[in-house]
Amino acid sequence: MSFDWNFVVTSLPLYEKAAWLTLKLALAGIALSLVIGLLCSIILYFKIKVIDIIVQAYIELSRNTPLLVQIFFLYFGLPKLGLKMSASACAVIGLAFLGGSYMAEAFRSGIEAVSKTQIESGVSIGLSKIQVVRFVIIPQAFSISMPSLSANCIFLLKETSILGAISIMDLTNLTKDLIGMYYTTFEALTMLVVIYLIMILPLSFVLSLIERKVRYAEFGN
Amino acid sequence: MQNSGIDVILQGKNIQRLLFEGLFVTIEIAFISIIIGSILGILIGLSRTTKSKVILFINRVYLEAFRIIPTLVWLFIFYFGVTTALNIDLSGEVVSIIVFSLWGAAEMGDIVRGALQSLPQHQIEAGKALGLNYFQLYRYVLIPQAIRRMIPGTINLATRMIKTTSLVVLIGVIDVVKIGQQIIETSRFEFPTASFWIYGCIFFLYFIICYPLSKISKNLEAKWTN
Repeated sequence: MSFDWNFVVTSLPLYEKAAWLTLKLALAGIALSLVIGLLCSIILYFKIKVIDIIVQAYIELSRNTPLLVQIFFLYFGLPKLGLKMSASACAVIGLAFLGGSYMAEAFRSGIEAVSKTQIESGVSIGLSKIQVVRFVIIPQAFSISMPSLSANCIFLLKETSILGAISIMDLTNLTKDLIGMYYTTFEALTMLVVIYLIMILPLSFVLSLIERKVRYAEFGN
Repeated sequence: MQNSGIDVILQGKNIQRLLFEGLFVTIEIAFISIIIGSILGILIGLSRTTKSKVILFINRVYLEAFRIIPTLVWLFIFYFGVTTALNIDLSGEVVSIIVFSLWGAAEMGDIVRGALQSLPQHQIEAGKALGLNYFQLYRYVLIPQAIRRMIPGTINLATRMIKTTSLVVLIGVIDVVKIGQQIIETSRFEFPTASFWIYGCIFFLYFIICYPLSKISKNLEAKWTN
């Protein structure tokens, strides 16, 4: 069986469209989950009463269940209670729900690694609680947790591959459709793998650059 | 007549089907893959302590391939690609066991390598100074210490594998999600809100399995790192 280059050329625009959609959903999900993660980790750090129990429960629920089930619940389950959302909204919310807890754990371990003397020095030069968080803890915690944050970004980008289950035309779903329509199994799968490589390798390269950038002023080690 | 939604879970044989038909398949796939993956992974981990550049390179490519390409894509590659290429027929379950085992082996290999390499060099030297041969060195010095460092990571990997088994529904395996969908379909008129309760139930089933495992792994990690 020969490799059908013609198929590659004709299906390229479809793959391009699906790749942009995948990237868009992943970026929206990553951005939201970073916000959720930062908020959750700060709530846990300050041990704000009642809310921190809710946050803890959220983290355990989201980390111990698969994204596919979360998304099915959002897309098929919630409309029955009158909460209807489009497939892409469900996808972004699902990614944020899953990613938020992973990001929260990453930030939390970063915050815990900021040495006590740093925080005490901050307090002793008269910074308020919020200023300590803003100028002392977050910059250092961010640089410490950067490796796990970037691993989470790649993880979330990969997780978008299951969005086809709620009929989003992402890369994986497109491939499945093309295989079903034209029986071009090898070509379609090769395109799929190559496009994932094209997306993920540069992303991980950029992330490792950022990692090096934010660690330049690391204190102590 | 319309019933209140939550009854759908207990109606007829629904709960039995979810647990014994659906969840059983999910757990079966996860369990077999974890076993095969761990055994292969230990061998791979041991092979990664050599100095041979070729073996290290092959291992690196293998691990990165499973880390970069999403698991669902691997399932598709085996389900559509490998079966076509070799002209064989593999059921969805066999494909999932193969893919999850290979993925588990790659990740397990990394855990084993990390554990072995984290052991201080003087342990190896002390063992050699006592006149232990390579087998004895691994058997009595390195492996007992490495296992402690491996267990939290291994349990974590197991929970990740259990969660990822939910994907097998997308290559046509009748797992807990598929059984849930069937129940929703058949009780569409009796219980209009069935999908809310059934997916909610599956959500909690996964949670009930994975939560204790991740708690254990966290506790062991806290206990053994000090």
